[in-house]
Amino acid sequence: MIKETPFIQKHLALGAKMAPFAGYTMPISYTGINDEHNAVRSNAGVFDVSHMGEFIIKGNGVLELIQSTTTNDASKLKKGEAQYSCFTNPDGGIIDDLIVYCIEENAVYMMVVNASNIEKDFAWLEQNNTYNTTLQNISEKTCLLAVQGPNATKILQPLTDIDIMNLKYYTFVKGNFAGVDNVLISATGYTGSGGVEIYFEDKENHADKIWDAIFAAGESHGIKPIGLGARDTLRLEMGYCLYGNDIDDTTTPLEAGLGWITKLNKNEDFTAKNILTEQKKEGIKRKLVGFEMIERGIPRSHYNIKDKEGNIIGHVTSGTQAPSLNKAIGLGYVNINHAALDSEIFIDIRNNPVKARVVKFPFR
Amino acid sequence: MNIPQELRYTKDHEWIKMIDDEHAYIGITDFAQSELGDIVFVDIATEGQTLEAETVFGTVEAVKTVSDLYLPVAGTVEEVNPVLNKQPELINSDPYGEGWMVKIKLSNAGDVNNLLDAEAYNKLVG
Repeated sequence: MIKETPFIQKHLALGAKMAPFAGYTMPISYTGINDEHNAVRSNAGVFDVSHMGEFIIKGNGVLELIQSTTTNDASKLKKGEAQYSCFTNPDGGIIDDLIVYCIEENAVYMMVVNASNIEKDFAWLEQNNTYNTTLQNISEKTCLLAVQGPNATKILQPLTDIDIMNLKYYTFVKGNFAGVDNVLISATGYTGSGGVEIYFEDKENHADKIWDAIFAAGESHGIKPIGLGARDTLRLEMGYCLYGNDIDDTTTPLEAGLGWITKLNKNEDFTAKNILTEQKKEGIKRKLVGFEMIERGIPRSHYNIKDKEGNIIGHVTSGTQAPSLNKAIGLGYVNINHAALDSEIFIDIRNNPVKARVVKFPFR
Repeated sequence: MNIPQELRYTKDHEWIKMIDDEHAYIGITDFAQSELGDIVFVDIATEGQTLEAETVFGTVEAVKTVSDLYLPVAGTVEEVNPVLNKQPELINSDPYGEGWMVKIKLSNAGDVNNLLDAEAYNKLVG
């Protein structure tokens, strides 16, 4: 059965275009992807991303369990800090990318995972839980609203005593927000435009209360609801990976450019640490790169990437016309000898080689 | 949903509007543009070609997706709307007017009568 978030009536009332995503019916767009995208880049927008998964892990062996299943070094986290990380499988592929929140050092943590991977991730944690750590999947009852954009925190500040305007990137605070207690506000997001993500329990009409308070506070500033379509163009302009497109069970974090969250020198062992250490030593054979189209065409997932001679050298994993940049951009894996900046590559668009160039993140 | 009475339609969401007995404009419907979202360009490289019905005469690229364009009836592509090169968004704002895509000469003028009328198309998307 297809699931709904607690905000379904809000989306329908706003006339959102809805579509199934990861088992939920989700808003794809309200007023158009370009319009929503630009609202987030220049002002502020609200995303319902309650489909995302949340696990609470606590008690005995909690840090050991996190350290042995994730690539980043969670022992560095202090209370109120968050960290981007991944779960790796025994081959070094990525089970999921996630954010680890330290609620109480060495005692209570939250993991935020992709909606499509909730069951897989939870099963993986259970399978690796040789420490008798308490695992709770609170995804179903947890609401998540991302309020993103340069004016997001200014708009939200009157709704809380928490100093959200000065909340540092990848830190969070729990407190009262819009009259609701126990709301977790985190300076994180998937847009590159700043703002916060707001987690709270779905009970006693809190979802409506918080949604309404945000839109009341933002009305005079022109705050807008934003769908998953613009979420994708926003993240892609930043070069952020999307699980299932750019990273999956067959791609390693090193190939995906996630070496910065793969701490091969942390003390604890983690799944496939030896394989990744070896891969780093030998050098990766393919790499996820960003590219911009030089000739006209829009790259799409699964298109082949070719060299000048027409040999296949990789494939596109994400692509779009970038609304803020007025050009077409994409991500894709290419053989390492074509991965250097400024390499000329050709995207095979309906059997036509269309010229593109490897560029840096974020796209400009 | 805007579905003008005087046009004919395909199940692939193209419309055809007869100009005279043998020439017609072709575009995509209001429903199609709304499903695609913001259109960023149209790629039509079949000008001058004579094509069978239901062959791909071009593609339309939206921000999120790409969709093939099918010729509703057999004919020769005589003209590609030159304005779409600079203003593809006209397909979103005026799908039955300024947003027309190609002008064709029908191979058999009577073929248009085999297409869906407004009522049948309305049922399809309704």
